[in-house]
Amino acid sequence: MSNDPTHQFVVSPIVPIEIGGIDFSFTNASLFMVATVAVASGFLYFSTSSRGLIPGRTQSVAEMAYEFIASMLREGAGTQGMKFFPFVFSLFMFVLTANLLGMMPYFFTVTSQIIVTFALALLVIGTVVVYGFYKHGTHFLHVFMPPGVPALLLPLVSAIEVVSFLSRPISLSVRLFANMLAGHITLKVFAGFVASMGALGAVGVGGAVLPLLMTVAMTALEFLVAFLQAYVFAVLTCMYLNDAVHGGSH
Amino acid sequence: MFISPAYAETAPAEGATHTETGTAHEGASGVFPPFDSQTYPSQILWLVITFGLFYMLMQKVIAPRIGSILEQRHDRIAQDLDEASRLKAEADAAVEAYEKELAAAKSKAGSIASTARDEAKAKADAERAAVEADLTAKVAAAEARIGEIKAKAFTEVGTIAEETASAIVEQLIGATVSEGELKAAVSAAKEA
Repeated sequence: MSNDPTHQFVVSPIVPIEIGGIDFSFTNASLFMVATVAVASGFLYFSTSSRGLIPGRTQSVAEMAYEFIASMLREGAGTQGMKFFPFVFSLFMFVLTANLLGMMPYFFTVTSQIIVTFALALLVIGTVVVYGFYKHGTHFLHVFMPPGVPALLLPLVSAIEVVSFLSRPISLSVRLFANMLAGHITLKVFAGFVASMGALGAVGVGGAVLPLLMTVAMTALEFLVAFLQAYVFAVLTCMYLNDAVHGGSH
Repeated sequence: MFISPAYAETAPAEGATHTETGTAHEGASGVFPPFDSQTYPSQILWLVITFGLFYMLMQKVIAPRIGSILEQRHDRIAQDLDEASRLKAEADAAVEAYEKELAAAKSKAGSIASTARDEAKAKADAERAAVEADLTAKVAAAEARIGEIKAKAFTEVGTIAEETASAIVEQLIGATVSEGELKAAVSAAKEA
């Protein structure tokens, strides 16, 4: 196996599919998307299948996740935003499960692909824009005109608002992608040090303790990051949905 | 660091460091894997399929199910709380009724006791008054009788004195004293 730290991000086809000259192969990335969905929905489905009035352990976890996102969405976008609950909950569970699955050795990290996170971010922003215009019509554009700004400054402020709105999908996707990518590369590099120093004999084995400790610590940190990034993604989605639900009237 | 696919593809030919990282890649185009745009269509397609499926499952099955579980529990708890507060209200009412009856019984007992006491007192007062009146009457009768006897005795004192005086005079001098003289002498002695 290659020691190249970026090797883990290589997408390689498993079942080659080509339609109209475009490569739609079922790849290892696709496999782990399927695995992510299977694990996430399987967990949520089977943990709640007993519908216990008094929840068991797994049911508690499923309920906690549900209530965590529900309260986050209610605080972020109000009760009117609750219609987006399945969407936000799906996003959170998908990102969280993908991140956590990616922590397993030899597993592919779906969220370390910029195209995946960017597609999810575009989905969020697309939902915000479509629902915003559907609900508020042109009033949705008031999002770009904060109330109480002097007329003289309005063009400047609006321009800033537009730029910040347009940068949302980029920041949303790059944040998740970069965190997963950097974490996995760092882990791989430190783990690689352990192997290569261990090959240098007794002194090397002694010295390899340091990167080993570092790898252990990094692994713990990466689990935290895996959860934190899913949380951040969900929180920001709630905040953006607030614009769609309440328009520029807030 | 952002490597555009176009730059990265030409990079291996340019510098040693770039060559080193470039050749290590096993991707078809030798690009930094996440920026290999050849994989994008496949990734997007499968993401749409898997995430779409996940969203549908979430919306149709999982979210309603967990929601209903939580709601059921919430309802059950609310119901139990209602039941508990209803029972508490009942208990409170029972305690209140009990205390009311207790107070009524206490006041009734008090009134019975006080009427009994009043009656007994009135009766005792009446009896005492009767006895006192009787005694007063008896005392008055006795005093009247004593006064009578005393008066009678006083009137008889004169007669006895006269008889005694005539008897003494007769014994001493052997002469009979007239009744008139005796009476005058006795009354004179009485007044002295």
